[in-house]
Amino acid sequence: MFKIVKREEMAEGTVILNEIEAPLIARKAKPGQFVILKATEEGERIPLTMADTDNERGTITIIYMVVGKSTATFRDLKIGDGYQDIIGPLGKPTHLEKVGNVVCVGGGTGVAVLHPITRALKEVGNHVTCIIGARTKSLLILEDQMRAASHDLRICTDDGSYGHHGFVTEVLKEVLEAGDKHLVVAIGPVPMMKFVSKMTAEYNVKTIVSLNPIMVDGTGMCGGCRVSIGGETKFACVDGPEFDGHQVDYDELMKRLQAYGEDEKAHYEHHCRLQGR
Amino acid sequence: MAEKGATQEKIPRQPMPEQKPEIRRRNFDEVPLGLSPEAAKLEAKRCLQCKKPACVAGCPVGVDIPKFIYCIREGDFKQSIRSLWTRNSLPAVCGRVCPQESQCEGSCIVGKSGKPVAIGNLERFAADYERLQGTGELPPKQKPTGKKVAVVGSGPSGLTVAGDLVLKGHDVTLFEAFHKPGGVLVYGIPEFRLPKDIVFSEVGFLEKLGVKLEVNAVVGRIVSVDELFEQGFDAVYLGVGAGLPQFLNIPGENLIGVLSANEYLTRTNLMKAYRYPEYDTPIPRGKDVVVFGAGNVAMDSARTAMRLGADRVRVVYRRSRQEMPARAAEIHHAEEEGIEFFLLTSPVRFLGNEKGRLIGVECLKMELGEPDESGRRRPVPIEGSEFQMDCDLAVVAVGAGANPLLTQTTEGLQLNKRGYIVADPETGKTTKKGVWAGGDIVTGSATVILAMGAGRKAADSIHKYLTWGW
Repeated sequence: MFKIVKREEMAEGTVILNEIEAPLIARKAKPGQFVILKATEEGERIPLTMADTDNERGTITIIYMVVGKSTATFRDLKIGDGYQDIIGPLGKPTHLEKVGNVVCVGGGTGVAVLHPITRALKEVGNHVTCIIGARTKSLLILEDQMRAASHDLRICTDDGSYGHHGFVTEVLKEVLEAGDKHLVVAIGPVPMMKFVSKMTAEYNVKTIVSLNPIMVDGTGMCGGCRVSIGGETKFACVDGPEFDGHQVDYDELMKRLQAYGEDEKAHYEHHCRLQGR
Repeated sequence: MAEKGATQEKIPRQPMPEQKPEIRRRNFDEVPLGLSPEAAKLEAKRCLQCKKPACVAGCPVGVDIPKFIYCIREGDFKQSIRSLWTRNSLPAVCGRVCPQESQCEGSCIVGKSGKPVAIGNLERFAADYERLQGTGELPPKQKPTGKKVAVVGSGPSGLTVAGDLVLKGHDVTLFEAFHKPGGVLVYGIPEFRLPKDIVFSEVGFLEKLGVKLEVNAVVGRIVSVDELFEQGFDAVYLGVGAGLPQFLNIPGENLIGVLSANEYLTRTNLMKAYRYPEYDTPIPRGKDVVVFGAGNVAMDSARTAMRLGADRVRVVYRRSRQEMPARAAEIHHAEEEGIEFFLLTSPVRFLGNEKGRLIGVECLKMELGEPDESGRRRPVPIEGSEFQMDCDLAVVAVGAGANPLLTQTTEGLQLNKRGYIVADPETGKTTKKGVWAGGDIVTGSATVILAMGAGRKAADSIHKYLTWGW
């Protein structure tokens, strides 16, 4: 069992942070890599990119949004409870290099994944501008951490309750217009990554995105996570999860993420009824 | 002698009781039900107890077949399983999934003038009897050698290596990437052919013998092979299988509803998606299913689709019936269950709707031309023969390749051009000191028993190394 040592609720309880004892994974994990978690014997294997790792404490941190039955099961775990299985670190780490001026764009829980990457990009000597967004102020996560991890933090909300009123792409446009940018890293909902990539293509700025398709094993064995990159099929679990944002077929990815949509909705609603939620 | 021969002629091969096709095609329970002790003893009497047994020569792990059968005949079931264990640590598995017709039973002298002795069914009987009613008494183990062996992959070859070496007194740790041990026996072969409880029981037996098991351990990620040596392991065996799914590489393959057989079977078998929503992992329940390929994995996929409630299941294969690589018994079982075969047919492209979901596949009719490099007649498309098959689920079961995850992170390991590990066929030794390999990661996709045979040879070689050096 992998014990939960810290648990926090964010974004009005829709987003949960778990710090989990997993010393062997913590020792090896690098920014950008993911783990697969399974809470119970009957549970599903859920891939989540790590939000942090602490080799000294022997822990990894995940931050997830409750979207279905499996994440609802995760939510019910308290401090001292544990996950039955955690597999990792999986996937290729982020390529960290001093390139100059970097813009990190995050939306929703993507900000959690973006945080260690942002920090690492700053540590290797880049000047990092960060743009993070949420639907509304109360749903914004990791503001202080992202401020510390970057040189310049910009905030957007869809409803204008905090920071710029509008989408991250609008602020990104300003940032790109202002001058020399060498790399953009965008992590968030698929439509956000799609539109960020569309914009950076116009400015000819290299863009990295992190994909989270449906997955079973996470080791290249099932091919469920296949994504089209520049017309070629790749497995996100072993070839990714990070890819050149300008090459990704986002429309295909969005459709494939809906493969079990109806099943999952019914399964989640049934679970919520049983839990009296 | 004449009298003995006469007795044998009188006893017909004892039929294996089975679930009826119309019942079993909708459930996941095991198809064959197992022999009764009486039937097993009767079947055992059919064995001629040959002085130079051809059956043993036909067995990749060299089981002393006449001996274990003689014990069954005498009603000494305990001694029978003990005899099996000396050569085979997974008899309950082998009795079920070995291609006996081309190995032991294919060489059986009784089979020359009638039906061969049901060696597989008897092996299964001895193992099941021990598991369900046996004494649980463990076979003798040699005293500890103080040597540590890491076995990477807990499929058939890894389990064999672990079983052999633990009995020789070595300290063995099995590393498994999944959350459950067994490899292909658990994620690949369906419950109705090999109940998972049997695999876990066989692994449990190894654990009782002292084998340590580390699940969730993706070697190459959480620990490298070199780090295993740093941690004090004296030898490493790589039996990671051929776990890279091959696709057809035709347009539309990324539509929702097109799955690799690996994914389809892993969801069903390992994740128990057939019991969804009791288990959380979903599985597409196609009504009109097409399976591509004609090996055992294709048969398993087709029969699984039928059990998951399909109205129609079609197996599409580009060659003819003669070239189908699946075992005859599997093809027979599939046909009994209502699976249809579309032979000399090759897919051209998948068709989808606006939501990206599969609605059909366009195929071409083929004819057989000249033999190709495999010696089989090459299928050639018939011009203008395109036709469309409607379907809402397609399972691609056209083979597997070498998964590079471990091999790419291990220095000093020579690979062939297809990415498989180069290992000495007699010893399993790789080009890296202290490292052996065997099973599908060396040979490409093969059978459980061939992987076990490779494991046996490697275990002998590892034991020699640990005793006398490289």
